[in-house]
Order: sequence, then structure tokens, then C-alpha cells
Amino acid sequence: MDFSIFLIQLLNALQYGLLLYLVAMGLTLIFGIMGIINLAHGSFYMIGAYMAYALAPLAGGNFFITLVFGLVLAVILGYLLEWAFFSFLYEREHLQQVLMTYGLILVFEEIRSLLVGDDVHGVPIPALLSGSIPLGDVMTYPVYRLFVSGVCLLLALGLYFVFTRTRLGMMIRAGSVNREMVQSLGIDIQFLYRVVFAAGVALAVLAGMIAAPISSVYPGMGNQILIICFVVVVIGGIGSIRGAFFAALLIGLVDTFGKVWLPEASGVLVYVLMALILLWKPSGLFKAGG
Amino acid sequence: MGIDKGKAVFVGLIFLALALYPLVGDSYGIGLINKVMIYAILALSLELLVGSTGLICFGQAAFFGIGAYAAVLLSPEDAAASIWLLLPACVLAAALYALFVGALSLRTKGVYFIMVTLAFAQMAYYVVHDTALGGGSDGIYLYYVPGMDTWLDLGKPLILYFFTLLFLVWTFVFLAILLRSHLGRALAGIRINEQRMLASGFTTYPYKLAAFVTSGGIAGLAGFLFVVQDGFVNPEMLSWHLSGSLLMMIILGGLGHLRGALIGAFAFVFLQEFFKSTAIFGDFAKHWHLGLGLTIILSVAILPKGLIGLPEWVQMRLFGYRNPRQVERADAREDRHS
Amino acid sequence: MNQGEVLLSGQNITQRWGGLVALDKVSVEIERGELHAVIGTNGAGKSTLINILSGELKPTEGQVTLLDQDVTHWSQPRRARNGLGRSYQRNTIFPDFSVFENCRLAAQAQVQRPWVWWNNSQKCQLSSTNARNGIRLAGLEAFSDQVAGPLSHGQKRQLEVAMCLATNPQVLLLDEPLAGMGAEETERMLALLGQLKAGHGILLVEHDMDAVFRIADRITVMVNGSVIASDTPDNIRTNPAVQTAYLGDH
Repeated sequence: MDFSIFLIQLLNALQYGLLLYLVAMGLTLIFGIMGIINLAHGSFYMIGAYMAYALAPLAGGNFFITLVFGLVLAVILGYLLEWAFFSFLYEREHLQQVLMTYGLILVFEEIRSLLVGDDVHGVPIPALLSGSIPLGDVMTYPVYRLFVSGVCLLLALGLYFVFTRTRLGMMIRAGSVNREMVQSLGIDIQFLYRVVFAAGVALAVLAGMIAAPISSVYPGMGNQILIICFVVVVIGGIGSIRGAFFAALLIGLVDTFGKVWLPEASGVLVYVLMALILLWKPSGLFKAGG
Repeated sequence: MGIDKGKAVFVGLIFLALALYPLVGDSYGIGLINKVMIYAILALSLELLVGSTGLICFGQAAFFGIGAYAAVLLSPEDAAASIWLLLPACVLAAALYALFVGALSLRTKGVYFIMVTLAFAQMAYYVVHDTALGGGSDGIYLYYVPGMDTWLDLGKPLILYFFTLLFLVWTFVFLAILLRSHLGRALAGIRINEQRMLASGFTTYPYKLAAFVTSGGIAGLAGFLFVVQDGFVNPEMLSWHLSGSLLMMIILGGLGHLRGALIGAFAFVFLQEFFKSTAIFGDFAKHWHLGLGLTIILSVAILPKGLIGLPEWVQMRLFGYRNPRQVERADAREDRHS
Repeated sequence: MNQGEVLLSGQNITQRWGGLVALDKVSVEIERGELHAVIGTNGAGKSTLINILSGELKPTEGQVTLLDQDVTHWSQPRRARNGLGRSYQRNTIFPDFSVFENCRLAAQAQVQRPWVWWNNSQKCQLSSTNARNGIRLAGLEAFSDQVAGPLSHGQKRQLEVAMCLATNPQVLLLDEPLAGMGAEETERMLALLGQLKAGHGILLVEHDMDAVFRIADRITVMVNGSVIASDTPDNIRTNPAVQTAYLGDH
């Protein structure tokens, strides 16, 4: 393989992996802290992508204004959903959480179908980022993909900082370990949960919005990414933020290079990887909380 | 632990009604009930895992689909296959995949297990969807209905109906016997308190694996029956929507009871038909997932014990009355959580 | 049966969690006919020790010997099938089952046959006999057919012991069998333990000091993951190290 092609694939792998990380991160946060297994998390990604498409006319076609719009809506959506729906799931068994959030997926997909239909849509790459930079003699790499990687990387670093260095991060980490203790410290756990949930939703929505110009927008896109995110979480170790990061990058690599080298089996490769990890380390690569 | 007469009579009546249905049903109805019976077999297979063993498997559709694909792929192209060979082969194919998935996924627990079974089902989905083996997203047709020499013609709907009913009864009885056996009691123990089972000396992994493989094999049987009825397979048979629907069936009927899976399969399919009905919803019927989704959320929220718990629920609401036996059980449950 | 024969022992058991040393070269022995109590403050490592002896945890270092066999690398179920029974601090009974069925299921562990799906478990002679035996030893005969969930707390603790006994153990590891019991229930449990020690070796982790000093033959005192004394109750009572480290706290 030519080096510049290899480099392009590597950058693609990185970009895909980082995007997965954003979505998987929200999933991990919501499970790790609130104890909810949320199947509808993929729907937030889908909603984000459709927002990038549907809100664009309102924002005068400016991608960045759409982005801000979408994020504000995502936080509101997350906050309201936690209040109206997810707060009823805390004390329930996993099976009930699974089914109720599964029901929510069906509802979201139909609402999407009612509002914007079932067609596949493209979202244009914003003019500012539509260029390419040269790689080697003949190859070029689109600036927009670098932008996506950059945004994800910044967010990943920002989250890491929030978790390890701030009071909010400390509260969140303590809340995931011991609910009563946090409550006894006078922290409003209900509010904390709402913030965490809204943040998780916003991450998934943002991932969907910035992915839209690359992947196009189609029904069922949320389910696909949800299941891949489960693989990320299983490989990384449940509740582990660091684990999710490395697992997402690993899957980005396996998936991208799988498509190049083994196109026939590319859909299956990430699952084979998961099987191997389960054989080797059944509880994932990293411990919870790390 | 003896057989409860009331329950046995109840289940007997369901089977009797199913046996008598062709006397009144038209060909559409017979086809529909046939399909529901296949789903009931599938739901029973899942009940063995979820309700009896406490393992929440979100990938049951994979075993169903693999049984079905095996039926098509192993049939000769220009003649009818003998079911003597084909049926066991389908069950075996599904059970083998269940052995693979179970051996790996049972190394994990709780939420992990849910995710891993879902992911492995998706892996099977991609195999039939993307590779030459599975014929892509259109699936494959089966041109000759498998039979048994000449005297059992499964191409005739009525014969197929009773053939399916026979297997439904067989599955039910098989699982009822299994649940009373050493294996079944150990599975119940694992569901309630695995720690105690380990401390008593049970190596629990082989028990769970036995349940998983058995469940997969039964799902493969259902896949075979599905192919015989519809004559084709496609990747959607392995989709996680079916796995979700199956979970919904058993919780809708009443988790922890074999007859719950039976009732749940019927209730769920009729619910689905109801929301799909253009006669009632007109054009909106194409958005039938909306009604289904809301119903799933509401029924899990309001009726976590399923339709089996409905009489008790009504009693509570109307009269504020609980009969003593149920109070004992409720206390017992609270104790488990405390 | 030889009274005084060592049934279960742990030698130089060390457990480290990262940099934290939970157990530091702890050795214990449990003899037949002996009631051996382990006491210590919260966090002294009692639970870790009992989990290592029962096989739920693998020690970082050290050896566990059960009936003259090195069982350090045996799983918990394998140890249980070879004569080690344990009870938990929190009840681990099956609340929906009858008392008899609780014990029968525990006894069924002696017959590991996961592929047997056709027999009726209720007709299994071996497990029924062992279950009845456990129920009789634990003094629960009158409740044999009752559902376990509604029993009183003391009776549930007795059932927890009965389920251990149904597996025909030589050694019993009992984790706070007296926790949450009233005075009368405590007396009944102590009488039961006194009877059981004739044929078994018993390791008892318990917080009720009065009870421990009344019935134990030997007491091991743990502080911060180490054993600071192991002796008869009378000698422990007067041991100065124990007094400063532990009893003096009261």
C-alpha cells in the first residue's frame, strides 16, 4: 500500500474512531453514573444528523449557526427527557430499561419519519472547510474530516479535564460510586443527573451533526452506531472513559483498514475483535472509573 | 412444585382452541395463527433464558435466522429436502452458533451480557447481509417445500398448521419437563441468587451454557418452520427489531412463566396487526411503530408482571385487596432486594 | 472422626489491591471439633480472609489447604463440593422456594449434571436425604414445607446454615450468623453452633463479642490486615496487645 494512501486511511480511521468515542462516551456516562442502559442513545445521534439537515434552512444555510442551534436544542431535549422519562428508569431492572428505551427508539424513528420523511439526504460541507490539503504528490485530504477529528479530540480532552480537575467532575465520579454519599454532602443528585444526561445527549447530537456532511443522513443510522458503541464499551470496559477512548480508536482502525484489505468481511471484523477481547479479557481492557 | 391443575387446564385450553381454530378460520387467519405459533416457539426459547435463568439475551433473532438460512442453504436446489435431515440440521446450526455466542457472552455479566448478545446477533446479520453466502439484503427463496416422503405435504397450509402446533406443544412440554429437572432447578437458583449456587458447589457456567444452547436450538427450530411457511429468508429475520419484539412478548405475557411466553406472543402479534390496520388508522397505519413503541413503554411501566399479573393488578386497583399468597410472594421479593 | 484434625488452613495469605495491603501474611487453621472465631474492626480484612478461604478471591500470595489438599487454585464451587460450606452476612436464600426446596437445591450441587433435563428433581433421593439432614441439624423441621420468604429473620439465618449443612460440609465458614438477631434468636443460633462443632470445623466471623467469648474455642484477632493474636478466649481477654489495639476502643 502506498504510504499516502495508508496515511489517508489512518486519518479516516482516527476520525471515525473519535466520532465513535463521542457517542460511546455519552453512553458510558449515562450508564456509569445513572445506572441506565440507554438503547435510545443511538437515536440522539440520528436526531443530530437530521437536525444538521433540517435546521440548515432556518440558520440561513450556515453550518456553524446550525451547530449552535442544534446543541442548544439537544441540551433542552436531554433535560426534558430526563425529567419526563429517564428519571422513572433509575430503580428499574435492566430488562425494563432495555425495553422502555427500545420503545423510545421506535417512537423517535416514527417522529423523525413524520417530520422529515424517510428519504436519504446529503448535507453540504460548509464552504469554509470544503478545501483539501495535499498529501504526498497526487493525493489530497479533505479539510472537513480534519475538522471533525479536531473537534472530537478537543472535546475528549475537555471532558478529561472536567472529570479529573473540576468539582463537577469530582461530584460526577463520586455520584457514580456512591449515591447516598453524594446526597449527604448536600449535592442535588437530581440536578446532577439531569446535567449528565443532557451532556450525554448533546455529545451524541453533536457527533451526529458533524458526521452528517460525511456520512449523509438516513433512517436507521442511529441503530447502527448504537451497536458499534456497545462493542466499544464492551472492549473498553464498562464505565471506563479511558477504555472507551482506546477501544473507539481501535475499532476505527479495524473497521477502516478492514474495508481496504478485507472488504468482504469488513462488517464482521469489529465483532471478531470483540470476540477475541472477550476470550482474553472478559471484563474489557480497562477498569471502571479509569 | 407439583403441577398446578389450574395452569395445566389453562394451557390445555389454549392448545385445544388452537387445534379447533381451522374449523372456523379462513386461509388468512390460518396463516396468521401459524405465524404466531412460530413466534410463540421463539418466545418460549427466549423465556428459558430470560425468565427461567435470568439471562437477558438481546440476540435471539440470530438463532432464529440461522436456523432459517440453514433450511434454505442446505436444501437441494431442484428437489424437496427430507425434513428428517433438514430439521435436525437447522436446529444443530442454530445451536452451534448459540454455543459460540454463549461460550463467550457468558464470561460477562449483567449489562455486558445484553450488549454482547446484541453485538453477536448483529455479526450474524452482517454475515448473511454482506457475504455471498446469504444472498444480500433481498434474501433467498426456497423453491421446494421440504417434506417427509409423500405423505406429509407441508405445502398444504392445514397440514403445516398442525405440524407447527405439534412442535409448539412439544416445545412447551419439553421446557416444562426441563424446568422441573435438576437442570431447571439449578437455572432457577442461578436466576435468584448465583452467589448461593456457587457457594453450594454449583459450577454455574455449564448450566447457563446448556440453557443458552438449548434455547438457540429451539429458536433454530422456529426458523425452520418459518421457512417452510414463507418459502424465503432475508436478513431482517436476524435484525435486532425481532430480538426486541421477542423480549417484549415474554414480558408482555408475564416473565417467569412458560404460559406467559405463549400469551405474550399472541398479544404482541395482535397488537402489531392492530396498529398496522389501515381500516382503523387509515394512512397513519404506516407509522405503526409509533403506537407500538408507546405501548411497549406504557405496558412495561404499568404492567411489569405482564398479562398474567393483570387479574392481580385489577384486583388491587378496584378493591385494594391482595390475597395472602400474593402478599407472601411480594414480601419474599422485597426480601431479595433488601 | 479425629477431633483436632486440621480441616482447613490458610498459610501466609497476602492480598494486595494495587498498593493497598488488605491482608499481610495471615495464617489460620480450623480443626474438627473447634469453633474458631475471627474478630477485628471494620476493614481489618475479615471478609477478605473468608472470601479467600472460600475461593471467591484468589490471594496474591499464600496457600489454602482443605483436607490435606492444596486448593489455592480451586474454584469456589469445587471447594464447596469437597467439604467447604459458607454462609453470607446477607441472606442468600431463595425466598420463593420452600425451606425444603432451598436445602434440596443446595444439596443437588453434589450431583453436577447440567445436561440432565428429563428427571424430576423432586424425586432425587440423594439430594432429598441430604436436605432433610440439613434441616434436622439446623432445627427447622417444623418449617420444612413453608415458603422461605415470610420466615422470621432468625429462621432465615438458620436456613442459611441449613443450606450449608445440606451440602455435607466438613468445614463451615460463617459470616456474621448473628447479625440482626434478637436475644432469643441468638441463643438458638449459639446452641445450634455448639452442637454442630462436634462433627465439623467452624470458622466464625462475628461482631457480637459477648457471644464470641462465650462459645469460641479459639479467637483470632485481626487489625489492619494482620493477625495480632490467636489464642483461647481467656488468654485473648488478658492479652495486652489486643486490649490496646481493639478491645480498648470501646
